[in-house]
Amino acid sequence: MQILTKNQIKMKKRNIISCGALLIMILFMSCKDNNQKKEVSTTDMPISREMKAELTSPPNVPRSVGRRKAKKLIVNMEILEEEGELTDGVKYVYWTFGGSVPGSFIRTRVGDEVEFTLSNHPDNKLPHNIDLHAVTGPGGGAESSFVAPGHEKTFSFKTLNPGLYVYHCATAPVGMHIANGMYGLILVEPAGGLPQVDKEYYIMQGDFYTKGKNGERGLQPFDMQKAVDENADYVVFNGSVNALTGDNAITAKVGETVRLFVGNGGPNLVSSFHVIGEIFDKVHVEGGDTVNENVQTTLIPAGGAAIVEFRVDVPGTFILVDHSIFRAFNKGALGMLKVEGEEDKRIYSGEIREGIYLPEGPGIQNMPTTDEVVESEIPAKSFDEQMKFGKQTYMQTCFACHQAEGQGIPNAFPPLANSDYLNADVERAIDVVVNGLSGEITVNGEKYNSVMTKQLLSSEDVANVLTYVYNSWGNSGKVVTKEMVEKVKNK
Amino acid sequence: MKTKVFSLLLICFVCQYLTYGQTEDMVLIEGSRYIPLYGRDSTVVEVNDFKMDKYPVTVEDFELFVKESPKWRKSNAIKLFTDKTYLSNWKNDLESKDSVKSKSPITYVSWFAAKAYCECQNKRLPTVDEWEYVAMADETTKDARIKPTYNEQILSWYEAPRTNENIIGETPKNVWGVYDLHGLVWEWTLDFNSVLITGESRKDVDKDSNLFCGSAAVNATDLMNYAAFMRYAIRGSLKAKYSMKNLGFRCVQDVKTESE
Repeated sequence: MQILTKNQIKMKKRNIISCGALLIMILFMSCKDNNQKKEVSTTDMPISREMKAELTSPPNVPRSVGRRKAKKLIVNMEILEEEGELTDGVKYVYWTFGGSVPGSFIRTRVGDEVEFTLSNHPDNKLPHNIDLHAVTGPGGGAESSFVAPGHEKTFSFKTLNPGLYVYHCATAPVGMHIANGMYGLILVEPAGGLPQVDKEYYIMQGDFYTKGKNGERGLQPFDMQKAVDENADYVVFNGSVNALTGDNAITAKVGETVRLFVGNGGPNLVSSFHVIGEIFDKVHVEGGDTVNENVQTTLIPAGGAAIVEFRVDVPGTFILVDHSIFRAFNKGALGMLKVEGEEDKRIYSGEIREGIYLPEGPGIQNMPTTDEVVESEIPAKSFDEQMKFGKQTYMQTCFACHQAEGQGIPNAFPPLANSDYLNADVERAIDVVVNGLSGEITVNGEKYNSVMTKQLLSSEDVANVLTYVYNSWGNSGKVVTKEMVEKVKNK
Repeated sequence: MKTKVFSLLLICFVCQYLTYGQTEDMVLIEGSRYIPLYGRDSTVVEVNDFKMDKYPVTVEDFELFVKESPKWRKSNAIKLFTDKTYLSNWKNDLESKDSVKSKSPITYVSWFAAKAYCECQNKRLPTVDEWEYVAMADETTKDARIKPTYNEQILSWYEAPRTNENIIGETPKNVWGVYDLHGLVWEWTLDFNSVLITGESRKDVDKDSNLFCGSAAVNATDLMNYAAFMRYAIRGSLKAKYSMKNLGFRCVQDVKTESE
């Protein structure tokens, strides 16, 4: 906007010099301009030269437009229908813009004239098109871009409104095209670009509907009925369960400002986007001009987006989730931001002390060195009872992380089912439950680096729960006794 | 009448009474009334009795055709009737590439070429209504559209890649005795684009007849028939001179014409 006003001033100056009837006319026009400022001026904004748009696959974002002028921007996008991995062992045929889910990120600025060519690969089976929410025009370009396999279509549009916009395929059956991954983001930056930040990433949530249940292996076809019922098997960031975890995690250094372009392709679910352990300093609500500050969770509608910014102050792994939390832990809507750098104890201390809270007592008491945790009133008399009590303890204490079938959560919490780490050493297992564990371990060939806190359980309970775990899900069938636990405790 | 006689003569001349399209490979389809997903005028359409090819036209069949009809050879084909991809998996004017199986359905053919092929045999392309009428049958029922398995089966075929490389006659035959309507390739129809384009520009403005976004649902009769949505969408994206890797055809014949 700033550049514009300068231009207007320049124009005025020149006109005063040239004088005459023209002057009156132009002045009259610029008055009019001021009244309906934005739309008229953006539409009339001249473009200088041609430029090929840089397209990136998630989580990467093209370079900022910076101070460049509005240009004719050439965007070439290819549609590919191809098989990919939704999660370990589960295959899915994705339909993609540019070979990735979400599709390639397009970065433009206000006033650009985008010449968009959509090519439908000859191997594809279906016709497709694109509806860009950044387009002002019927169907958002859908009509002009409807293209059969082996063909391409070109259309052009001017970016009138700044903001972060979703694009998607709008060919019948629309829901199915979106459900198979045909969505992405297009950013229209204001003149001069968005303020500089240190890191920018591209994240987009989507829900998937497969014939088999979550985790069922093999090539899974799209399930139309589940999609109609809005009963998603997978809710993921960037097209697959592991797209943003482990080695694929996004990274930053302490002190850097991170900007996330977050979209939601749907087709059905809205996202309660949250980063565990961070507060968004700024959120461009719904991808528009309104900036909200100090936000914990921002709602991203299906077919909508938001720009979130925050400075990372302390190191650690920050988990990105859809805070409709079962989606995060059971359906895959989980990503990771790994922050490296110096700790800052003023901001976050880590654990300082542990105590026992007695509501009636005179204050917080320190944990006694001897085991004073109350023993369960009814000790288990048999193996069956041990299993029964052990299961109860498991469901209360362990289930949240290690999951119902002991399968754990990939890249976050190691499995207990068929676990080589567990079966290798009983004393170590007891020690982990009694004293906690942190740091890197390898379980069934996968590396895990997280923290299990010390569990406040009686020796009896520890014996029961470990017996339950050892006698479930294909483990070695060991029986752990109270005495074995005590021995470890007193070491 | 005069033009009819003339065109008949022309066809006879061009095709020299070719008889390689065996009529015994056709089955009788008894006509009836039914409601398609999209219709042009009223919702119920009537289909007369006709005969339909059991199988899609194969590569082998088409090689025979171009041998006899030089004007449909790759190098001779008129640009108005074909595009650059016409027979693009052929190594020369007369033969397909060695990697292409002779019993695979012919693809990379334009609507004009498909139409000419059928006319050569005194047949024609099926209308959308005729094609959909036969295609709504499964192995046991003439109208299987209400069965969830029918839809799922077709959808999974549509999602399977490279089915155009399979050979004809391997999918289960439907209750009429017709094979491969689903599971191999899309097929040209005589009036493939009639659902979307009414042909009258004023009407096109009034009625949002596009198959995009919300409009796709407005005129549809069965919102769960995703497979049919996909077929209508592919037809709508085509132009008569287009050729595609996944698009073949088969012919039909009017029963009356034959008895005349």
